[in-house]
Amino acid sequence: MTEAARTPYDPADEVPMDHTVGRDLFSKFDPLINERQALLDTGVRDPFALVMEKVHSPTLATINAKKTILLGTYNYMGMTFDPDVIAAGKRALDEYGSGTTGSRVLNGTYQGHKECEEALKEFYGTRHAMVFSTGYQANLGLMSTIAGKEDYIILDADSHASIYDGCALGNAQIVRFRHNSVEDLEKRLRRLPPEGGRLVVLEGVYSMLGDIAPLKEMVAVAKAAGAMIVVDEAHGMGFFGKHGRGVFEEAGVEDDIDFVVGTFSKSVGTVGGFVVSNHPKFDVMRLVCRPYVFTASLPPSVVATAATSIRKLMHAGNKRGHLWENSRRLHLGLRELGFTLATPEAQSAIIAVLLPDQNTTVRMWQALLEQGVYVNMARPPATPAGMYLLRCSLCADHTDEQVGQILGMFEAAGRATGCIA
Amino acid sequence: MTDRDETFAKVAELIEPFNKKDIQLTEATTFAGDLEWDSLIVMDFVASVEDEFDILITMNMQAEIESVGQLVDAVENLRNEE
Ligand SMILES: Cc1ncc(COP(=O)(O)O)c(C=O)c1O
Repeated sequence: MTEAARTPYDPADEVPMDHTVGRDLFSKFDPLINERQALLDTGVRDPFALVMEKVHSPTLATINAKKTILLGTYNYMGMTFDPDVIAAGKRALDEYGSGTTGSRVLNGTYQGHKECEEALKEFYGTRHAMVFSTGYQANLGLMSTIAGKEDYIILDADSHASIYDGCALGNAQIVRFRHNSVEDLEKRLRRLPPEGGRLVVLEGVYSMLGDIAPLKEMVAVAKAAGAMIVVDEAHGMGFFGKHGRGVFEEAGVEDDIDFVVGTFSKSVGTVGGFVVSNHPKFDVMRLVCRPYVFTASLPPSVVATAATSIRKLMHAGNKRGHLWENSRRLHLGLRELGFTLATPEAQSAIIAVLLPDQNTTVRMWQALLEQGVYVNMARPPATPAGMYLLRCSLCADHTDEQVGQILGMFEAAGRATGCIA
Repeated sequence: MTDRDETFAKVAELIEPFNKKDIQLTEATTFAGDLEWDSLIVMDFVASVEDEFDILITMNMQAEIESVGQLVDAVENLRNEE
């Protein structure tokens, strides 16, 4: 292994496997490998292999030796370089070391993990909060643990991969309804057998198109059917609702939500995930939830930065206001330039530009990068209905001047690639 | 026509809008192999079958259903359960 690692990889050196018995388990990926190669052969850069050489601020990085505006990071509230957040992380690193080397239920719960859960309880006004190592694991854990074989999970067809994977990890019966359709949800709830528990899974903001769920109506229908409700607020935390709790707060349905799932990897500006709840038995999850128990806890510096950031987000009214201004301005500006957007107006801080096919999308993505702005590219199967998207997510720290520059770059890139006239 | 024949006919009718290659439908026709459906088409189609027969076909059941005949059997079973 050490010898080989020193010489660069050359496909010609590859020794074919002997397939008299068994077979190369990688052959199933050949269509994908070929499709990707065909795309790269057209001379475009690989949109899924980009390196940030330097990161200067929540809105600026160096990519290919060029200063580039970041417009696809989900760093909504710009907390990653907040001086208080960084100071808290450094202090924890000094005082508690670089890692916990243990599960939350054994040696991996430090004072900082408890403080982080306290901050979440205050932020959400709930009795319980449980911090996971990522948001992905929070969804894995919740879905797979609380719904058993006799129970039903009813989920939106456009749910995040972590929700689907949580369902696949557990044993519940899984029922899907058409994206954001209250009528479709209602019909499916009506068809459920009377026996068995019911868990309806919703998201405040759907991250591909940046559209929000009609939570008021959906929650009413789910409650009438006796279901428990979970809302994933990964893309809503920090700037929806009076306290920034999410779309569910803005919709006025707080009292009817049983579980809120969230992440530290977006507005909070670090890494980690959580579930908050008022359910009196919620804490038993710490014993029975495998994605919580069988993995190491977050490093002390991470929970310290998260707790500090969450507390600052409670008083971030000005930042919220500016984030919404930025989102509305970019949406309007792109529409005026003639781009097709996924929502009629800005419903969240995600603005998704619809493009006709993979090739055009990659060319436009690359043209934007050459202009000096980074956006996310998304393609099937991650996207709904086979769409190709360039997803922009705004930051409260984007200046008015930067939003102006971004619009100029979209205009130039759009003309150069023929995406707009 | 028996009840099952009727169900088959109805299912065939629901498949038509998604049968882009005009495949001749039999009991053995498979959704992934013969009809070449991806997960998006499956989602739309399953929803239309559920609504037509007023039943639920869970994703757990969908994982077991590969052919038109298996789907017709599943629909028949679900309707008889009611
Ligand atoms: C809706 C939703 N839920 C959960 C997650 C997972 O969050 P994390 O990045 O913390 O794993 C994400 C983000 O990737 C998301 O968009």
